[in-house]
Amino acid sequence: MIRVGALLLLAIALAACDDMTTQPKKNAYADASVGPGKVPAGTVAFQERPVAPPPVSLALIERGQERFRIYCTPCHSELGDGNGMVVQRGFPAPPSYHIDRLRQAPPGHFYDVITNGHGAMYSFAQRVAPADRWAIIAYIRALQRSQDASAADLTPAEKAALQ
Amino acid sequence: MAAIFRPSANLAAKFFLLGMGGLLAGGVFWWWVYPRTDYARGVGWVIDQPVPFSHEHHVAGLGIDCRFCHTSVEVSANAGMPPTYTCMTCHSQIWTNAALLAPVRDSLAHDAPIAWKVVNDLPNYVYFNHSIHIAKGVGCESCHGSVDRMALTFKAASLTMQFCLNCHRNPGPNLRPRAAIYDTEWRRGPDTPSPDALMKQYGIVNRDLTDCSICHR
Ligand code: HEC
Ligand code: HEC
Ligand code: HEC
Ligand code: HEC
Ligand code: HEC
Ligand code: HEC
Repeated sequence: MIRVGALLLLAIALAACDDMTTQPKKNAYADASVGPGKVPAGTVAFQERPVAPPPVSLALIERGQERFRIYCTPCHSELGDGNGMVVQRGFPAPPSYHIDRLRQAPPGHFYDVITNGHGAMYSFAQRVAPADRWAIIAYIRALQRSQDASAADLTPAEKAALQ
Repeated sequence: MAAIFRPSANLAAKFFLLGMGGLLAGGVFWWWVYPRTDYARGVGWVIDQPVPFSHEHHVAGLGIDCRFCHTSVEVSANAGMPPTYTCMTCHSQIWTNAALLAPVRDSLAHDAPIAWKVVNDLPNYVYFNHSIHIAKGVGCESCHGSVDRMALTFKAASLTMQFCLNCHRNPGPNLRPRAAIYDTEWRRGPDTPSPDALMKQYGIVNRDLTDCSICHR
């Protein structure tokens, strides 16, 4: 009797012995039919909803600077002169942001370039959310201004400091 | 009365005892020691990838930010692998004829993702999330090592439970200022805020990060 009981206990104890590491968990990306790269036809990306340009603030420009340094500097460089590291390795050079045509271009043009690409430049729609596109544009505007400031932009105190 | 065992039984008993001792030691080694070695956990071993992608070239050489390719690391559990489209952002124009990049071009032409092999893998019963670590000032380097110096990607930390707990017991000294999270060369310097100041800045207070339910949920 005791022997049967012991055997039974052993069987129960050993039944739980399987390696936890091999037990699967539901993983959305493991299923190739819905994995990245294969999007079912007719799907609308949730980020694709265009958003209205937010009011320009320091926080927006800082966010834009961060995003610009991640996604744009490899080609357009920190200065926006179009001589980034990848261009130095042979990528076709983009125009400088500091030419009159781009200074005068409306923000919508930049939004369009980021969303749809332009010539040799690929689209960044997958990587830069609509709100961040506006942030980047605000930063590019600040960048353009930084290379195009005149004496009239200075406060009297700054003028005094320079003289 | 005749002896029950012949003298040679002494030898057999000794061998038996030795054998049992050896089996025990072997068992301990096989089930306890070996699985915890770096060798068994694949630390430092390069895995053959479909394309010999070099972080050293792209990160240290070209200065590309991790997020250019691993876009979702800040906002989701998974860091995310770059789709072929991301590679083609640059390789549509440069190194367009390189044999090394043939799988990337094939992938674009046939609309089939490149099957990168997994380097860092946790068992499925462990819950892990990148975004919380990035938001609370843990740098990529703390878990992935000096990725920017890897010509081919390898696992730099064992990722055992002990490894996670070592930091969760006292994260302070491992935290960094926000600007240094993606910088794998960053080291604590004299003007870095103190561990306690960083803990307060990131709001990691009064929490027991070693609760089982944090990682096993
Ligand atoms: C892989 C390199 C590369 C990256 C990264 C890149 N660009 Fe470009 N960009 C180019 C090239 C090349 C051109 C010129 C395209 C042409 O005229 O064929 C260009 C052109 C432009 C133009 C000018 C369009 C015009 O009217 O002439 C703007 C604006 C621009 N890019 C913005 C951006 C922004 C914003 C980002 C970051 C989200 C970015 N680019 C990232 C390569 C790049
Ligand atoms: C140009 C794109 C690119 C950039 C930039 C980049 N990576 Fe990667 N990363 C990849 C690709 C492609 C793979 C898959 C191939 C491999 O494992 O080498 C990968 C793999 C990895 C892996 C291993 C993933 C696994 O399977 O466990 C880690 C960890 C990683 N990257 C971290 C980083 C960090 C940290 C940075 C920034 C310092 C970075 N990467 C920058 C493209 C990139
Ligand atoms: C921002 C631009 C850019 C992106 C994005 C990019 N590469 Fe590159 N890649 C380069 C440049 C530039 C070189 C040439 C490096 C050199 O000249 O030192 C290169 C070189 C290479 C090489 C040649 C061998 C070597 O390491 O020098 C391979 C392979 C490669 N890349 C794979 C990839 C893969 C795979 C991806 C996508 C995950 C990718 N690259 C994304 C710019 C990029
Ligand atoms: C706290 C430790 C930790 C930090 C910090 C960390 N990782 Fe990871 N990473 C992991 C672990 C653990 C895995 C394996 C995840 C799994 O198997 O579920 C992983 C997997 C990955 C992968 C491949 C799988 C995926 O999630 O898509 C990439 C790429 C990656 N990490 C990149 C990064 C980058 C880039 C950073 C910095 C911004 C970073 N990691 C910071 C621990 C970390
Ligand atoms: C270098 C330090 C460090 C390492 C290594 C580390 N963590 Fe963390 N982890 C943290 C910090 C800091 C937090 C944020 C705590 C908070 O928000 O209060 C965190 C939070 C978490 C959370 C979310 C907790 C919650 O409920 O908010 C999980 C899950 C987690 N870590 C899992 C892991 C796992 C699994 C590993 C091992 C692969 C790991 N961590 C390794 C520092 C680390
Ligand atoms: C910071 C995250 C974290 C916390 C907290 C944590 N674990 Fe784990 N645990 C892990 C990881 C990661 C592994 C997987 C290790 C591996 O790959 O072998 C693991 C594995 C395990 C295993 C399987 C061990 C093996 O050798 O197969 C057990 C059992 C376990 N944990 C129990 C616990 C218990 C009990 C607690 C609470 C006291 C706990 N864990 C808290 C991260 C954690």
